[in-house]
Amino acid sequence: MPLTHILALSVILFGLGAAGFIIRRNIITIFMCIELMLNAVNLAFIGFSRYLGNLDGQIYVFFVIVVAAAEAAVGLAIIIAIQRNRETLTIDEIDSMKM
Amino acid sequence: MAPLFYIFAAVAILAALSVVLQRTPVYSALSLIVVLCALAVVYLLLGAEFMAVVQVIVYAGAIMVLFVLVIMLLNARRESPVNRSQMARRLGVPLLAVFMAEILFAVWGHFSNAPIPAAEFHAGPAAVGEVLFRSYVLPFEVTSILILVAVLGAVVLAKKEI
Repeated sequence: MPLTHILALSVILFGLGAAGFIIRRNIITIFMCIELMLNAVNLAFIGFSRYLGNLDGQIYVFFVIVVAAAEAAVGLAIIIAIQRNRETLTIDEIDSMKM
Repeated sequence: MAPLFYIFAAVAILAALSVVLQRTPVYSALSLIVVLCALAVVYLLLGAEFMAVVQVIVYAGAIMVLFVLVIMLLNARRESPVNRSQMARRLGVPLLAVFMAEILFAVWGHFSNAPIPAAEFHAGPAAVGEVLFRSYVLPFEVTSILILVAVLGAVVLAKKEI
C-alpha cells in the first residue's frame, strides 16, 4: 500500500472528527471526537515512521497517547464538575462566557 | 498485507461515521472503541507492534473505560435535535468535503505514490524502549510531571465542593 493511502485514511478520520466536533451538542461526544482526531494524527505519524524506516514517529505517538490519557482524566473531571453545577451536558446551555 | 489494510481502513471509517452520527453518547463510545481497535490492526500491519499493543491497552482499555464510566455516571441521554440554520444544513457537508480534499491534494502533491519500503520493519518494545530511554529520556521524565499534575487536577475538579 502506498503512503498516500495511509495519509488519506488519516485525513478522512481527522475530517470526520472535526465535523463531529462541530455538529454534536453533547459535551462528552465532542470530547470523543477530539480523541478521534488525535488518533488520525497518530496514524499519520506511524505511517511516516514506516515510510522513513525511523522510530522517532512512534515515540511521538507514545507521547500523544500519554497526553491524551492526561487530557481525558482532566476533561472528564471538568465534565463532572459542569454536570454538578449546571445539571446539563448540552453545550448550547453552557454559554456564560459568551458576550 | 494490503487487502487487510483496506478492510480495516473501511471498518475504521464506518465506525468513525457512527461515532459522529450517533445521538446516544454510549453508542458513540462503543463505535470509538471499534475505531481504536481497527487502527491497532493497521499499526500492526505497519510494523508498529508496540504501539498497537499500547493502543489497545491504554486507549481502548483505560481511556475508553473512563469515558464509558463517566457516560454512565452522568446518565448521558440521547441528545435532543436542534434547529440548525439553513445555511449550516446546506453548506456543512460540502465544506467538509472541500476541507478534506484540500488536505488530500496537498498530501498527494508532496508524496510520491510509491509503496512504502517492503523491507522488514518491526518496532517491538525493545526497539522503542531503546530510542525512548536514550534520545527522549528528558521528555519522558517531563511527561511524568504532566501526569502528576493531571491526577491532582482531576481530583481537585471532581471534588464535591469546588
